[in-house]
Amino acid sequence: MDSDKDEGETVLPSQRPDFADVIPIPQDDGPNPVVPIAYKQDFVEIMNYFRALYLKDERSPRALQLTHQAILLNPGNYTVWHFRRLILEALNLDLLEELDIVEKIAKNNTKNYQIWHHRRWVAEKLGNDATARELQFTRKILSLDAKNYHAWSHRQWVLQALGGWEDELDYCKQLLEEDAFNNSAWNQRYFVITRSPLLGGLKAMRNSEVNYTIEAILANPENESPWRYLRGLYKGDSESLVNDPQVPSVCLKVLSVKDNPVFALSMLLDLLCHGFRANQEFRDLVAGLSPSVPDEPDSDLAKTICSKLEQLDALRANYWRWRKSSLPRAIQDSKN
Amino acid sequence: MAELAADKHVKYIISVEKRKDSFENVVMEHLRMNGVYWGLTTLDLLGKLDAVDSQEVIQWIMECQHESGGFAGNVGHDPHILYTLSAVQVLALFDKLNVLDFDKVANYIAGLQNDDGSFSGDVWGEVDTRFSYIAICCLSLLHCLDKINVEKAVNYIVSCKNVDGGFGCTPGGESHAGQIFCCVGALALTGSLHHVDKDLLGWWLCERQVKSGGLNGRPEKLPDVCYSWWVLSSLIMIDRVHWINKDKLVKFILNCQDIENGGISDRPDDAVDIFHTYFGVAGLSLLEYQGLKAIDPAYALPVDVVNRIFIGR
Repeated sequence: MDSDKDEGETVLPSQRPDFADVIPIPQDDGPNPVVPIAYKQDFVEIMNYFRALYLKDERSPRALQLTHQAILLNPGNYTVWHFRRLILEALNLDLLEELDIVEKIAKNNTKNYQIWHHRRWVAEKLGNDATARELQFTRKILSLDAKNYHAWSHRQWVLQALGGWEDELDYCKQLLEEDAFNNSAWNQRYFVITRSPLLGGLKAMRNSEVNYTIEAILANPENESPWRYLRGLYKGDSESLVNDPQVPSVCLKVLSVKDNPVFALSMLLDLLCHGFRANQEFRDLVAGLSPSVPDEPDSDLAKTICSKLEQLDALRANYWRWRKSSLPRAIQDSKN
Repeated sequence: MAELAADKHVKYIISVEKRKDSFENVVMEHLRMNGVYWGLTTLDLLGKLDAVDSQEVIQWIMECQHESGGFAGNVGHDPHILYTLSAVQVLALFDKLNVLDFDKVANYIAGLQNDDGSFSGDVWGEVDTRFSYIAICCLSLLHCLDKINVEKAVNYIVSCKNVDGGFGCTPGGESHAGQIFCCVGALALTGSLHHVDKDLLGWWLCERQVKSGGLNGRPEKLPDVCYSWWVLSSLIMIDRVHWINKDKLVKFILNCQDIENGGISDRPDDAVDIFHTYFGVAGLSLLEYQGLKAIDPAYALPVDVVNRIFIGR
């Protein structure tokens, strides 16, 4: 496949003696097509030769080269990738070299579904031989775009199918140090603590994770991701959420600073809805936040929070109004 | 405030088809079936579907059908579930589903269901909740949902639910507004919305609205007109659309128009394309913008087209 990289990428099939026997076949767009396609000349030629070999089902080295050329011109053409896999299977070639080729193509097309699917097909065939390489490859792509959805999907598949969990939590930590707002890295962190066979699962990880998350919240209280992560750590266990003193405490700390109180207020509201009893300190802090909302009695903390959020988060005023109107009866009665 | 340049958009859609030399068209060759769906659904929402020759389109669509029953993105390409739904949707637009052998198409789709209930996109086995939606939507339009194991299909989608209330492409995948549309849509079409935590998901979805009024697809990402469709349709299906600021979103979409030459882009002042033109117009339709046909949030087809299929004329 070395020639794939040399002449294959540049010389058109009409200029190559080894393609002299192939009669190119043009795309049939129908009689007077709805969306007539304008084709660039090189692309037209390569695709015409591709169609010829594809229809003959010629699984040969030259067909493999041609698929490479066609993919470079349009990596989205899934039929070309399909045919390439059939050829790779038929010729029984070294698939590690195929990973090299895919890597080169992927660098400029990191959001193309076909490339990632092809990559997985190759990795699956290689099995454990591919583990370290695939983790490294996705790291490389994520270093260019840390939220690339395809790269994350591929990485999760690699971990689950081939393993390599050992460094994953550290990797998440590293990415969150680079960008604490990276929701993909928070998601991966949750994926690791709940699914890694090397860790003890959500409950075993909860304490250390709560500490980690609280630090992240205090550093950036306006960051949506760690607040949601914190809720996720108590998935299906609101009693523990309410009874863990660290959760109201982080709300208190953020509210004391007064900047960016929206997510802290929202968490406090959730706590109240789950039965948390707030003391005077909470009431004073909430009351002290501007803008003031004079119409709520001071004793009705949950309602006051909703009114503040209506103002502070005006885009979602309707959501907060709905929260206010649907507060659990228990809160309304006890004037929490 | 700018208004919807409806006539310009009609002209733009028709001109995309005729523009020679455009690299966009070369790259689109293999997904022309999607392009036709985006373009023609937009025309229908604008009340101008009669600007195209339906006979020609239908003939071309049927040439894209493979012996397996699935449709390809273009003549001579391989079949894929993505293009099969677009083909069925476009035939539905023209009230021509009767040209199809329902069993044949349905068997192709049913054959893509895996043991765990998920769906592959084609014979090569890529799995994604996008394909679950496509399979369910397509089979529902053909009245053939009984060909698959719906319970397993639903369970797989539920296994992709995250703690933020959203859904990813596979279990553990990050919540993403596009995947959420697919999962909520599939659950809506199978009467399984009780699996959705509507208040939690609704909050996550309305958090997607940013100061400019536009919607993003994940936290801390840029707004993009396409999410006007993915986020809004999901919010409507779970009955929480009033939680966002509609006026600001309308303004954002209208600001993404090319007022002179027609078409809508992802963000203000970017280049327009057919994909974002569809999502912009479809989003405005969901926002009940004047002069547009209503679109069904689950089937992604005009409401009158869906009614024709399920209620008759």
